Amino acid sequence: MKIEVNGEPREFGGSTLEELLRELALAEARVATAVNGEFVPAAARAQRRLAEGDRVEVLAPMQGG
Amino acid sequence: MADFYGVTLESPLMLGTAGYPSPRILEQAIRAAGASVVTVSLRRESGAGQDFWSLVRGLGVRVLPNTAGCHTVKEAVTTARMAREVFETNWIKLEVIGHAETLQPDPFGLVEAAGILCRDGFDVFPYTTEDLVLCERLVDAGCRVLMPWASPIGTGLGINNRYGLRSLRARFPDVALVVDAGLGVPSHAAEAMELGYDAVLVNTAVAKAGDPVKMAEAFALAARAGRLACQADPMEPRDMAVPSTPVIGKAFLS
Repeated sequence: MKIEVNGEPREFGGSTLEELLRELALAEARVATAVNGEFVPAAARAQRRLAEGDRVEVLAPMQGG
Repeated sequence: MADFYGVTLESPLMLGTAGYPSPRILEQAIRAAGASVVTVSLRRESGAGQDFWSLVRGLGVRVLPNTAGCHTVKEAVTTARMAREVFETNWIKLEVIGHAETLQPDPFGLVEAAGILCRDGFDVFPYTTEDLVLCERLVDAGCRVLMPWASPIGTGLGINNRYGLRSLRARFPDVALVVDAGLGVPSHAAEAMELGYDAVLVNTAVAKAGDPVKMAEAFALAARAGRLACQADPMEPRDMAVPSTPVIGKAFLS
């Protein structure tokens, strides 16, 4: 299926958000996730199934003021 | 000492972490300033996030995540929830930006988002204008800290409405008040502390100085000086001169 990850189109063969993070090598990283603008807590990633056209955001700590 | 949601802060200086010439200089600046709190943000993972997090953790200072760049209540609330998970803190510097050029907070969205987050267990530090009524609404919504701006973010113009900031201090003696945004030089920080503020938050003025480490230390000293001055109860200004040297006992030599 075609999804969007941090604004970039991506072909994804898996089914859950957790699988996507593993594919991105971010399963163990300190990141927070959202799908279609809704926060998905880390504990819920394994249950959160992705669908065609989903917009996934993977956010990490960054400098800020 | 002011109460920041159950925490007292040793240093009245909070530092932003953005825009420094290098991570090493950022680290040195924070250490030189002895900053009590540093602000951080969340952005799309591009590979640099994990190293930055290691650096911040190594500093052993308290972390205040922000919702910088959010223009709607929904964006800000979602960002706050993501930040709480990543940074493992209930503290959130709530920014709901209402105007692209001045980066002025959207007062209506700010109050709405603050209410949602306070009910959700967050310790909200709202970035706000110095409007007294808006600040009352934020306190009604559950905020125990207020962060009024001195002037727009990144301008370095210093305190634009001294009267407004003084009024807030008088109206909210028991709320922790932090001047956030617009401070350009250490004397601005001292002025804010002399007004009785509990802390100042500085980023651009330090990060964009020619020598950020030295400037961080200068801001720390100024903030402490201002706090001491406030505690020392400054004299009232007056229009006419008063001789400081005693007049009695002066010789007649003319």
